[in-house]
Amino acid sequence: MKIAVVQFPGSNCDQDCLRALRDGVRVQAEYLWHKETSISGFDAAVLPGGFSYGDYLRCGAIARFSPIMKAIISAALGGMPVVGICNGFQILCEAGLLPGALIRNESLHFVCKPVWLRMETAETPFTEKLARNRLLRMPVAHGEGSFFADARTLSVLESQNQVVFRYVNESGEPTRKSNPNGSLANIAGICNEQRNILGMMPHPDRAWDRRLGSEDGQLIFESLVQYLESQTARR
Amino acid sequence: MLSKDSIAVTPELVRSHGLTAEEFERIKTALGRVPNFTELGVFSVMWSEHCSYKNTRLELKKFPTTGPRVLVKAGDENAGVIDIGDGWSVAFKMESHNHPSAIEPFQGAATGVGGIIRDIFTMGARPVLLLDSLRFGPIYGESPEAQKNRRLFAGVVAGIAHYGNCIGIPTVGGEVYFDECYDENPLVNVFCLGIVRHSEIARGAAKGIGNPVFYVGSETGRDGLAGAAFASRDLTEESKQDRPAVQVGDPFKGKLLLEACLELLASGCVAGIQDMGAAGLTCSTCETASRGGTGVQIDLALVPQREQGMTPYEILLSESQERMLIIVHRGQEKKVKEIFEKWDLPYALVGQVTDDGMMRVLDGGRVEVEIPADILANDAPVYMREVEVMRPAPKITIDEIPHTDSHESLIRLLAHPSIASKNWVFRQYDHTVRAGTIVPPGSDAAVFYVREAGKILAATADCNHLYCKLDPREGARIAVAEAARNLVCSGATPLAVTDNLNFGNPYRPEIFSQLREAVEGMAEACRKFNTPVVGGNVSLYNQNPNGAVDPTPTVGMVGIIADERWITRQYFQNDGDVIFLLGPIGEEMGATHYLKVVHGRKEGQPPRLDFDLELRLQEVLSSLIQQGLVQSAHDCSEGGLGVALAECSISGERQVGASVRIDSSANRMDLLLFNETQSRVIFSVSRENSGTVEKICAAAGVPLFRLGEVGGPELVISNGKETQSWEIAELYKTWYCPIEDAMAPNES
Repeated sequence: MKIAVVQFPGSNCDQDCLRALRDGVRVQAEYLWHKETSISGFDAAVLPGGFSYGDYLRCGAIARFSPIMKAIISAALGGMPVVGICNGFQILCEAGLLPGALIRNESLHFVCKPVWLRMETAETPFTEKLARNRLLRMPVAHGEGSFFADARTLSVLESQNQVVFRYVNESGEPTRKSNPNGSLANIAGICNEQRNILGMMPHPDRAWDRRLGSEDGQLIFESLVQYLESQTARR
Repeated sequence: MLSKDSIAVTPELVRSHGLTAEEFERIKTALGRVPNFTELGVFSVMWSEHCSYKNTRLELKKFPTTGPRVLVKAGDENAGVIDIGDGWSVAFKMESHNHPSAIEPFQGAATGVGGIIRDIFTMGARPVLLLDSLRFGPIYGESPEAQKNRRLFAGVVAGIAHYGNCIGIPTVGGEVYFDECYDENPLVNVFCLGIVRHSEIARGAAKGIGNPVFYVGSETGRDGLAGAAFASRDLTEESKQDRPAVQVGDPFKGKLLLEACLELLASGCVAGIQDMGAAGLTCSTCETASRGGTGVQIDLALVPQREQGMTPYEILLSESQERMLIIVHRGQEKKVKEIFEKWDLPYALVGQVTDDGMMRVLDGGRVEVEIPADILANDAPVYMREVEVMRPAPKITIDEIPHTDSHESLIRLLAHPSIASKNWVFRQYDHTVRAGTIVPPGSDAAVFYVREAGKILAATADCNHLYCKLDPREGARIAVAEAARNLVCSGATPLAVTDNLNFGNPYRPEIFSQLREAVEGMAEACRKFNTPVVGGNVSLYNQNPNGAVDPTPTVGMVGIIADERWITRQYFQNDGDVIFLLGPIGEEMGATHYLKVVHGRKEGQPPRLDFDLELRLQEVLSSLIQQGLVQSAHDCSEGGLGVALAECSISGERQVGASVRIDSSANRMDLLLFNETQSRVIFSVSRENSGTVEKICAAAGVPLFRLGEVGGPELVISNGKETQSWEIAELYKTWYCPIEDAMAPNES
């Protein structure tokens, strides 16, 4: 089993993601350079956070044209688990793999702080290890993380249970104060209809070591590994 | 044949380049001829204060710069390097971008961050953390000054966030102060630390005659022309016209350059590397040649350029960002091509290392500049500026201060932006990238786990400008002591110092006296604490029409925490823990924040530092922490015991009250709460360990007072005669929101 951490020019959480996988969950993980055109040999892909291409146009808008994205889109549509974290989430939206968009934070400022997340569904490769409604603690760090979608898209997301994480307070309630960026319906992460593609703004790659104040992020990577193992067993 | 341009070098032109008639004579003697226009430009930046330290060099020699851990000394390279064990070392440095930030706060601050990061990776080190020490004029109110200060503050914070967040290096701490003396002349001091194996420390020397010289990174444009010379003048109303001297930063390019350079350095083909910061291509060529004992010849026609028709003068003096000069071992040219093409960065072979000691610049076939590199890099004049005898600020006693309501005074102190929570600032910085931040911004020191090396580091930046204004020598001593105390409180052993000396115009005797006093005080303290100065920066001419800024010798200090279990936070941890004051109860009221904030008085003799007591205090606190006896520890600084106790209660994720009783002989509560006597730490201990702690401190001969207990919804303080109490929820709000509230009008 091998997981790819895709490196775009301007990715800056690529090293954190690789360490979370290698040192945290102890799974084989390798960088995959954005100029590559094939993802063969990998069983899943992580699109890390950062400022791909400086985010100078619109976050993720240029990265989706990187050569590797063709291979990722086609593998993802074929069922390969793909998770985009922060800038990776923005890239997945720009690539059309996830609905909606991430717009400027309501405060108009970059925001870096720990948040509480409530897990809304265990029916994804990234959350099957977790109990529904479980609360997770991890940091956000973004300037453009406010999830937006039109009313119809939003109702589809809700009715098909595609909202994976919501910003909540310590008691698990999705309040306005617990929403760090003005996301609609406190949405912090969503999946596609087939449930194999996850996008999330918070950083599990910064919450996998007791020293960092939380190990909750590790659960997401562990879920993925468990899912991939069960897939291999089935084959 | 040296090119003679059409522009005649007149006395007027020499003056407009900031060189004196005597300096021009010195240049002519050194060259044996009159320099041409381009060469005059080269001399003007290399002999500016910013590059040559001509007014401060003699003073800076007073710093202790060696020690068993020092691997690269101050001044030898772009940044100093110290050993942290197991074959690992850290490179770190602090640098100012005050002048650019005053004119163009966003880009000024952003390029300050970019510049200091390049200084660190030039050493072969991967940058892992940033700190900032920032100072602005007051931000409250509707006066034009306040509005301008808010604009500068918002712009600087956004600029730091822009560069640091994008390049992916966490800004883990620092300090922010507000005072009238920084109106229109903010101080922006940026600190970067990087990690490198001993065997991989890179050097900025042009080694190996015949080795090719590469230019890599962004194309050269007309931005930042002669910025070093601009930074070596007073700020005036006309400074706005110097806006072209401010550079524009591109953190995305910076990130690519960082990764490409580290990859190239790891390939082993680099003979020397130097960033193009102040004085750009000029400085990087003559400094690498001078360090290598060689010459460097480059051809400007080969330099990647952003604009057409740039003159040699412009190309040499441009301070365009994100550029490096790299000298490669002959035969390894292909590696540069491979790596820079991978990262989509411009690169060009622009020249080679020569054996004649010359900085020789061609433009096509024509020789534009031919100057011995050593003269530029090392032979700038060195001045002993005039000083005057400083009159010590008179002592102030409690009887000269009207008695105020202590309840209200504590609230006013906590609400003052210099003391209030800086969350509005820190949450705009990505402080969690690189997944190593253990103690985030807002404690005495930032604590960071460097995964590459498996080492835990602590870092802090400190300076109390009120003390330094009223007694620069004592203020500088205290800045070092406080930095060390902050590190010790967080569980660390202090290792070394980088400094940023921010002063006014050195040609004014009272300013130069401040500088000398501060340097001597800092040097003395660094010797006492065994923390050599491994690098730093001097920023002079911090002066606006209203006068000079308060002397601000900022100290950046780095420490190491050998065992994870020693990491200690400043805020109370558990209900029922016993609260101790280590150090004296104190009574010094001069130069305190209480006097300034509550009484509007910037006066009096600052507290005196007793080195012997301070060292013993730090030693015993370290020992208590290492024995696992300490739950929390907080340095007692601005605002005294009152503010320190409140911060212990409200600065954690969970707010918790405390009840404290101090039987003091003094009658006045304000004296007890707000004096700023040095060498004091508030710490908490579990009840069962409190007896052990008392025994250890008694044996060490350090004063210890059992103050009370953690717990309850209130902070209650009694002096035996008077009792004051504050609701924790109210104190928290008072302290947490002031900066956000002040900045709110800017948000809409």
